[in-house]
Amino acid sequence: MSYDAWIILTGCLVGITCGMTGALLILRKMAMLADAISHTVLLGIVLAFFVTQSLNGLPMLIGAAIVGVLTAVMVQALDSSGVQSDAAIGVVFTSLFALGVVLISFVGDSVHLDVNHALMGEIAFIPWDTLMINGVSYGPTAVWMLGGVFLLNLLLILVFYKEIKISTFDSAMAISIGVPVVFIHYMLMTMVSFSTVASFDSVGAILVVAMLIVPGATAYLLTDGFGMMIILSAAIGALSSLLGYGMSIVFDVSISGSMAVSTGILFAAAFMLSPKHGMVAKWIRRKKMQQEQEQKASA
Amino acid sequence: MENMLELLTNANTQWVLLGALILGFASGLIGSFVLLKKQSLIGDAMAHATLPGVCMAYLIFGVKSIPLFLLGAACTGLLATYFIQAIVKHSRIKTDASIGVVLSVFFGLGIVLLTYISKNTTGDKSGLDDFIFGQAAAMVKGDIQVIAVGSLLIILISSLFFKELKISIFDPLFAKGIGLPVGLFNGILMGLVVGIVVVGIQMVGVVLIAALLITPPLAARYWTDQLGHMSFLSGIIGAISGVVGTLISTTGEGLPTGPLIVLCASAIFLISLLLGTRKGLITKVVKQA
Amino acid sequence: MTHALQIQNLAVTYEKQPVLEGVNFNIPEGTLTGIIGPNGAGKSTLIKAILHLIPRLSGDVTVYGKPYKKQRSLIGYVPQRSEVDWDFPTNALDVVLMGRYGHIGWIKRPGKKEVNFAYECLDKVGMKDFAHRQISQLSGGQQQRVFLARALAQDSQIYFMDEPFAGVDAATEKAIMKLLQEWKQQGKTVLVVHHDLQTVRDYFDHCLLLNKTPIECGPTETVFTLNNLEKTYGGAISFLGNGPALVQEG
Repeated sequence: MSYDAWIILTGCLVGITCGMTGALLILRKMAMLADAISHTVLLGIVLAFFVTQSLNGLPMLIGAAIVGVLTAVMVQALDSSGVQSDAAIGVVFTSLFALGVVLISFVGDSVHLDVNHALMGEIAFIPWDTLMINGVSYGPTAVWMLGGVFLLNLLLILVFYKEIKISTFDSAMAISIGVPVVFIHYMLMTMVSFSTVASFDSVGAILVVAMLIVPGATAYLLTDGFGMMIILSAAIGALSSLLGYGMSIVFDVSISGSMAVSTGILFAAAFMLSPKHGMVAKWIRRKKMQQEQEQKASA
Repeated sequence: MENMLELLTNANTQWVLLGALILGFASGLIGSFVLLKKQSLIGDAMAHATLPGVCMAYLIFGVKSIPLFLLGAACTGLLATYFIQAIVKHSRIKTDASIGVVLSVFFGLGIVLLTYISKNTTGDKSGLDDFIFGQAAAMVKGDIQVIAVGSLLIILISSLFFKELKISIFDPLFAKGIGLPVGLFNGILMGLVVGIVVVGIQMVGVVLIAALLITPPLAARYWTDQLGHMSFLSGIIGAISGVVGTLISTTGEGLPTGPLIVLCASAIFLISLLLGTRKGLITKVVKQA
Repeated sequence: MTHALQIQNLAVTYEKQPVLEGVNFNIPEGTLTGIIGPNGAGKSTLIKAILHLIPRLSGDVTVYGKPYKKQRSLIGYVPQRSEVDWDFPTNALDVVLMGRYGHIGWIKRPGKKEVNFAYECLDKVGMKDFAHRQISQLSGGQQQRVFLARALAQDSQIYFMDEPFAGVDAATEKAIMKLLQEWKQQGKTVLVVHHDLQTVRDYFDHCLLLNKTPIECGPTETVFTLNNLEKTYGGAISFLGNGPALVQEG
């Protein structure tokens, strides 16, 4: 595969993986918790580096998952001790992220781990960092990692589809019929952490946040079906990647930044043009209603 | 230790410390209002959204001018707040998702513009990156003056309208009933938040400045039940964090100022969470025993 | 008799759905009026619309013969208890002082005179001992009394109260009624959103029966009848003891 194809594949995998997880977060009103987790996994990555002294994929996944779940636990704990939830999210993620950034500054220059990288990623280098087994190259590591996380997320969503749906829609009812709501919650948080860390290296924290939240929100404007929303959100994520990559080539700018902007463009389009919930559709409906009323009045 | 003394007698360091002190106090003070209005994360989104503003100011005017940067930052910061509210008002998207959408897209745009500037323009463009995490060491007297004047103005306005801001947040319906323009005071508070974000991003950076609005008041809440005391204490906590964080960051090469200030505030929050006289966790246990 | 309040052609819509329409009524001075109607009849909305707290589609509000905006200082408002965040860092005295803000004017702080007056108001509702208590540590009834004391501190001519009896103890309910009677004797006019049909006859000398539009408005004696209640509630009403009770249909 060519250099560009690998980058496009990576971007699409990020879009699909984050998109389908993100749709669930939007419905569960946990968008900002996702934002928090995608910042705090930086700490997990740095800690994993300090422990293993290498930038190996697996320890990082584990480190990120631990810190990701820890973030959710801490927010939950503060929340139940009486701190309002938005402030709880704010204080936890800024603290852990700040700690991660400070720790990174102790990492030597020789290691490819710095703050700008963590924020913006370096998708352009992905194709060169290949998975080598016995001297044979099997394609970029990032693609393998993202592919793995994608399959894992897909599997979990398919297996627990019913449980996720009911606990999202009506958690009280879910508890009453014996659905393990807490388990589902932390499973989702783990999925978010995995998606984040797998995407982190290639696209950075900012695009991860964008991919986790924006496609889901866009899909929410377009459909009322639960399953449809997950599929649409993944598709929108992938589409944003393609669009963003094109933009970055045309203007010669950051690839991940362009992908984030693309999610915004698609969101704005849905916001205006969605057949059911868009501004234009609403405006037309309002005009029609006014006309009907006028007709009624004149009749 | 000698290093520390040397640092403290350095005129530039003194200026930076003064700036951190006033900025910390001002942000802690208005942070109390933001926290009680439950808009902490809107502050975060606004802060992230200032990055494209800074870049656009550079692209349009082609010069590195702090006042122009701050003007650009204020424009996109306010625009972001407007978008967050418009999305919630005109669609089925909830506030938290709306904040997330605006935050990530604006910041993404900021990154795009940053890379565009570094590849497509000539001239001195160093320092734009510093807006992401802040770099106190790179600041000069003029920058500090901007911070000091801005912060003092913010402190003055929020003290003058303390009573009005309080009632607009606590009981907006009642406030409207007695003829107070609640919308105006919401706007004033929003303006103050933009103000603090804009003057603070040079020192703390766009990613973490929101912590200065969130953490100090949250910590202060564990010590008092009076808004007056709370906002003053919050200001003090902010000021201490600012000074201590800046001091630590000047001791080592490449230590980022913003994250260190935030960590100091977090440490004070942790202490308050455990020991706070009002409902600190340990205090509660001791009282029950 | 002077009209304390005149409402002409008031209408409120929400997302193009009419919430209130064709609202016309007059309230005589020195009366205690209960605003009665089923859930979703627009009772709270009516108060908010009168006080210009929410946008109106149409309607004129006249207070003592002059437009509302000119008479704002004559009006006191007690919102529903659930409308505010009781975890807000403030104490009972401070909340009562808020009642003086309209008189103090912008920027200026409440002085000694205002503070003393606030203590007096708290005393009148039996809450003086709780003046420095954090508001979240007050019971529902005590919170309502603090709101009442704040209304007292406003020293208004005409009061609007939104469900003051919701979730309060018997003692507080008595204290509220005592205060309302006192106000009436002083010639003040009070409008109260009320839920409990059993107590309407005892509490109010006037009634406004409302369901999206006023069904009837006038002295309780003549207005509060089974027939009118059926029209308001759209269901069967049966009298139990000395007051009517609502029997849901279907």
